[in-house]
Amino acid sequence: MLLAFVTLTPFLGAILPLLAIRFGRNTCALAAGAVTLTALVLLMSQAPAVYDGEVITWGVPWLPMIGMSFSFFLDGLGLFFAALILGMGLLIILYARYYLGSDDPMGLFYFYLLLFQGAMVGIVLSDNILLLIVFWELTSLTSFLLIGYWSDQAASRQGARMALVVTGAGGLALIGGMLLLGHIAGSYEISEILQRGDVIRSSPLLLPTLLLILGGAFTKSAQFPFHFWLPHAMAAPTPVSAYLHSATMVKAGLFLLARFWPVFASTDAWFLIVAPVGLITMLIGAWIALFRDDLKALLAYSTVSHLGLTTMLLGMATPLAAIAAVFHILNHATFKAALFMSAGIVDHEAGTRDIRKLGGLLTLMPITATLAFIASASMAGIPLFNGFLSKEMMLEEASHTVYAGYPWIFPVLATLAALVSAAYSYRFAISTFLGKPRDDYPKKPHDPPVGMWLPVAILIVPVIAIGILPALTAGAIVERTALAVVGGQLPEYKLALWHGVTPALWMSVIALAGGALLFTAYRQAEALHRVFAGPEAKRLYDAAIAALVSGARAFTDATHNGSLPRYAGIILTAIVAVGATAFLSAPYAAGTREVIPVEFPALAAWVVLAAICVALLFWHHERLLALVLTSGVGLITSLAFLEFSAPDLALTQISVDIVTTILLLLALNLLPKTSRGETPLAGRLGRGTLSAAVGLGVGALAYAIMTRDFQSISDYHLAEAKPGGGGTNVVNVILVDFRGFDTFGEIIVLGIAAITIFALLDTALRGAAAKTLESIRSPEQSKDAHPLMLVVATRVLLPLALTVAVFIFLRGHNQPGGGFIAGLIVAVALIMQYLASGYAWAAERTSVDTQTVIGAGVAIAGLAGLGSLFFGWPFLTSTYTYVELPLIGEIELASAIAFDLGVFLAVVGVVMLSLAQISRVEERAEHEPVPEGPMDVPLKKGRIVSSNGQES
Amino acid sequence: MTAGFTTDWVIAPAILPAMTAALLIVAWRRDIQMQRIVSVISAVALLGIALFLFDLASDGTVRAYRVGAWPAPFGIVLVLDRLSALMLLLAAGLALAVLIYALAGWDKRGRHFHALFHFQLLGLNGAFLTGDIFNLFVFFEVMLIASYGLMLHGAGARRLRAGFQYVAINLVASTLFLIAVGLIYGITGTLNMADLAQKVPQVTAGNEALLKTGAILLFLVFAIKAAFVPLHWWLPATYAAASAPVAALFAIMTKVGAYAIIRIFGTIFGDGAGALANMVIPWILPAALLTLAVGTIGLLASRRLLDLAAFSIVASMGTLLIAISLFDVDGLTTALYYLVHSTLTGAALFLIVDLISERRGETLDWLVPANPISQAPILGTLFFLIALGVVGLPPLSGFIGKLMVLDATYETPHVWLIWALVLVASLMMTISFARAGSVVFWKTDGRTTGATWATAAIAPMAAVAVLVTASAALSVFAGPAVEVFHATAVQALDPAGYIDAVLTSQPAAQPTGQ
Amino acid sequence: MELLVASAIGLITAVGVYLILQQRTFPIVVGLTLLSYAVNIFLFAAGRLAVNQPPILTGADAYADPLPQALVLTAIVISFGMTALIVVLALRGFLETETDSADIPPDDLKADKR
Repeated sequence: MLLAFVTLTPFLGAILPLLAIRFGRNTCALAAGAVTLTALVLLMSQAPAVYDGEVITWGVPWLPMIGMSFSFFLDGLGLFFAALILGMGLLIILYARYYLGSDDPMGLFYFYLLLFQGAMVGIVLSDNILLLIVFWELTSLTSFLLIGYWSDQAASRQGARMALVVTGAGGLALIGGMLLLGHIAGSYEISEILQRGDVIRSSPLLLPTLLLILGGAFTKSAQFPFHFWLPHAMAAPTPVSAYLHSATMVKAGLFLLARFWPVFASTDAWFLIVAPVGLITMLIGAWIALFRDDLKALLAYSTVSHLGLTTMLLGMATPLAAIAAVFHILNHATFKAALFMSAGIVDHEAGTRDIRKLGGLLTLMPITATLAFIASASMAGIPLFNGFLSKEMMLEEASHTVYAGYPWIFPVLATLAALVSAAYSYRFAISTFLGKPRDDYPKKPHDPPVGMWLPVAILIVPVIAIGILPALTAGAIVERTALAVVGGQLPEYKLALWHGVTPALWMSVIALAGGALLFTAYRQAEALHRVFAGPEAKRLYDAAIAALVSGARAFTDATHNGSLPRYAGIILTAIVAVGATAFLSAPYAAGTREVIPVEFPALAAWVVLAAICVALLFWHHERLLALVLTSGVGLITSLAFLEFSAPDLALTQISVDIVTTILLLLALNLLPKTSRGETPLAGRLGRGTLSAAVGLGVGALAYAIMTRDFQSISDYHLAEAKPGGGGTNVVNVILVDFRGFDTFGEIIVLGIAAITIFALLDTALRGAAAKTLESIRSPEQSKDAHPLMLVVATRVLLPLALTVAVFIFLRGHNQPGGGFIAGLIVAVALIMQYLASGYAWAAERTSVDTQTVIGAGVAIAGLAGLGSLFFGWPFLTSTYTYVELPLIGEIELASAIAFDLGVFLAVVGVVMLSLAQISRVEERAEHEPVPEGPMDVPLKKGRIVSSNGQES
Repeated sequence: MTAGFTTDWVIAPAILPAMTAALLIVAWRRDIQMQRIVSVISAVALLGIALFLFDLASDGTVRAYRVGAWPAPFGIVLVLDRLSALMLLLAAGLALAVLIYALAGWDKRGRHFHALFHFQLLGLNGAFLTGDIFNLFVFFEVMLIASYGLMLHGAGARRLRAGFQYVAINLVASTLFLIAVGLIYGITGTLNMADLAQKVPQVTAGNEALLKTGAILLFLVFAIKAAFVPLHWWLPATYAAASAPVAALFAIMTKVGAYAIIRIFGTIFGDGAGALANMVIPWILPAALLTLAVGTIGLLASRRLLDLAAFSIVASMGTLLIAISLFDVDGLTTALYYLVHSTLTGAALFLIVDLISERRGETLDWLVPANPISQAPILGTLFFLIALGVVGLPPLSGFIGKLMVLDATYETPHVWLIWALVLVASLMMTISFARAGSVVFWKTDGRTTGATWATAAIAPMAAVAVLVTASAALSVFAGPAVEVFHATAVQALDPAGYIDAVLTSQPAAQPTGQ
Repeated sequence: MELLVASAIGLITAVGVYLILQQRTFPIVVGLTLLSYAVNIFLFAAGRLAVNQPPILTGADAYADPLPQALVLTAIVISFGMTALIVVLALRGFLETETDSADIPPDDLKADKR
């Protein structure tokens, strides 16, 4: 429980600085400090238990299905890192209070910092490895925000993104590795996994698991070849560099290596991979650091080098090396953080971090200089400072490490690296602080306020204390931590200043002396460095990203090129391919149903249809012709329905065709007469083949279905239509009763179509569309827009049509007909008025509002259905009775008829609305005054009434 | 006998939006204020009903509602089970958030927004509830035509062009749907899903090819809806061109395709389908991987936030389909988790993009440096969080979703390919979103530009925040949530209960007049 | 007869597909209309063909399958709504952009007006 609190405290407390900033910067810093201190105290309350050898665990399940739990455990290693993180955090918070400028949003800074702190503590205290990944990713994210803190600087933005991408990539590898590890070990709890080393080591998946986990560790800890992101992360404010990129986050990778040391260290792969990677990183980092003029860059690469050193030690896979590693993590954290802060102070006070612009600061800022000198000495590995001790232990281990049968590789290269790092340490201290004071510093340098150098001083204390009395000051910590790393007994070792004259001593001497030589010969070395200057990592990285993006763009632009024919072509091809595959992959037997003999009329109709189809292929760009041909197809379709015992379908199809044709005619009036842009032959061939394939497939399927017998549920409908549905027209009964819910949806589709059409055309009289309309003149506008004959005919037709409609509607339940057809008839009749007498004339006289009609239609249908609910029956349950009507005779008046009325209204509304809207737009296009028709009183000129009754 | 009070509520998610929309058209066509009031009330009520039904279904029993009191399979049945209840709840929740967002002004930019919005909900709910494949077609059409209306809401040249393609491609899909229904009916002689589940295994060998073709064509229809690559062409342009709240609502449209696949191929063509058992499953994984790849590449290529959002929908469908392709309990549990997650974050992404672009003046959502936007801290935080969700980083639900997908595919033969693709895709998305966010929120010059109506947009931000919170909750309470999804998956893969509820325990014959 | 109907369906479908693969909106609309004709007949044919057996109860011994007819009726109505919509959409798009091309031009910041 308490462990969870240690982790959560920074997260929960992160909000405090944001609030506290209102009360000034000191309060803000205090708030942040208080939060960190709380966490530290909570943690330390557990320290005694841990030092008595206990392992404290606590957890609750999170997502059992994948073995994810919110569980923590605390042992020596976790305690060591957590204490390091929180303790260092306190110093950084103090330092940052004075470092941040007055215009930097301090609340935000501490907010991010605490979030990071929480995530970092989470990593080192997590028991569940999936939970560990959560925190791992969170550190990447928070460091992204912290590096980008000065977001107005390009360097910050790029550095932040690079860090996020590189560590993010590692994080993803880690996810893979941890999942594998969990599956192999059969548990996601570290405390369990550590017990099952042999299971893991014997698994065939050992290598991929190890590689993926190392991928995470190496990217986070900036190991070669992933080291390049760390220096660019130095664009962050110095407290961040000191905290994340030297003391804590970059050590997360080392933590991971140490954590799983007992599991992997005894495998060959571990030694063969980890040790040399560390060695190379140590060497390269040191070499680059030597030639950096920016103090922070120098320290950054030095950090890379020291991380490499520690990685190498862990990679050596011997308990002694592990002890050395732990010891060095401790030492490095102290002197490197101190150095970063010193560099920050110099930058802050002298106004530059460029070594070439510095020098002679000793007299101007003596306190800083002294502290920096001691820290540098420790970094160089000079005796009496803690850096020397761990570095000598490292050399000792390296001296008897045999790699791939070569006993000299590790000793020589390690010494070389030590030599170079001695050299850059000298350079850091001497070139900055010695020499005579200059007069061209950007600012007037002097020692900073105590709050700023105090943290450095505090860090220098252990540097010296450990350096002189290692066993007394650090012995316990190192032992307890190393025990946790090794997970077993520790061999004999002693932390001491003097081990006698050992090979390591000579190597140290060579390193320190050689370093001095190298430093004095800096000019020549630099020349050498220029010769061997490798490619600049950032340029490679940027190039890679750029290539990635431009590649993606090329691909996406090429594929998603906005061409509908292409899209449709691909989709149809896929459909044909998949459909054919499916068909061929299952048994098929030809049907046995006896076929109906061909009759001549049908054959004739077929020939006509074929002719029409061929004609359409050639003249589809002649729009009027295409339209006529299409309605021809419609006509033949309805004939087919009639022939094959579907009178309702025939009726519906034919009336729909009429309406559709009128619609298209109206639209055609405004569209260009012919479609340009014939496609090249190749394209036509391709399309032809695809079309043929689709047509063939569909036709074949149709034939296969028609020529076989089957058993359908529709026998029930035939049987129940009369007794249950009260109608003899089974199709109609199915529509309004058995499957009334379909019809309900169908009405709504119509309604939606209508209001969408309205919404579309309503805006057509404004903006770009209106301009186009102005420009359009229809050439074939005859003088006599509304021929008298037509007008008369339509006016006479109207009442007739209405009567027919009523008749069709009422008989629908028993004879072919019904609401939909009746609706279409009425609509057509009314539309005729529009066409004959012009939109305005008709609109003047249609008092009803089409949209209301549609809405009403839907509503009535809905209510008709709901009615039954009140009688305790489900939606749309119908009943019926008989009534005697003049002329029509006795009919069943089914409750479903109300439903059919809804259909009727919806249809009328839809057709009227869409056609009226278009013809309204038409009139606008033709600039035609409202006609003074022959049969009615004159109207005011140019008065257009919109279909929703509004004047416009 | 009566259908029973509680069961009557099964029809409510279909009736309420329909009547609301009709009422809005008839009564308050020109009164935007009344439209808003009624619309919101109805949406809240719908959410309430959805919660009630969700709770109802959580007892594990499947409830069949016989429209018109006709016995199955002759009439149309609506079926409420865990799966449909979950989808109803998701849709209702999303709808309310999106509606609140739209109230800030989007709904005024064209006619009939609210009516179309509720018709859209009707289509969705109907599709989730129906137990009849032709009725499914009808509600698909309702859903689609409403979506056309919404998509074209506010017109504009680009929107009209994209709209035409969207409609055209979907009409092709509808045609395909009818052919599939024709084939299935032509062989089995029924349309009722439960009845099909019983009749499909008994199909004679000679008829298998035709039935299988019908089924696969049906699958392709859903695949187009779910934007399987290479059937996805309609999606990017449409979502990028649609108005923000509409695009956000559309986040669930692709999921309808996923739902239909689970429903049809879990219930009818599942393990019990004899010779045709699980016939579509081999097609899903390749398409899924392709979808994830193409979506990710599109993300990487995006020049504007809208493209980023649109392609992240494609990519998320890819991941979702990987989970579905397993078609076992674990896979489906994962799929449902990811479905809910990607709907929430996808919608939130479109909304936040709109809020941002409203504040960037001429540069809109284009990824070019511009003036700092107003309310950057809040919007930045929201964008950051949503990005985490989409990319799949903690603390939002995307991370857990990704873990579940990786974990569920561990035993599969193509585990390496899947893991590599999923993880690399996450990296690419990280790159894309880092670049985008850094341009919009960091690489700014000049002074903050005053926003348009959006400056006063507390409600819209709240709507986005709600979606983000939901995603976060889904992450924190992953344990309980996954238990629900697991139960849902188990039920969805075992059609026995479904068939029993629909076909047995028939009601009395219906009332006849005299 | 079956062969005639099947081949007719195939023909109409083929032409419809050919037309929707065109560049301009109008042929595409015509193509979609043809497709809806074809699919309506297809769905109808799924109930098998029958001559002189309309499903209107007259005491005859055999009737044509009424169910597909009902489905087709619904389908016709729906496709009518869809056709009306896409026609207007094509028209509206033309009025807005003064071109009847069905393609989406490449997107760029200048051209982007909302």
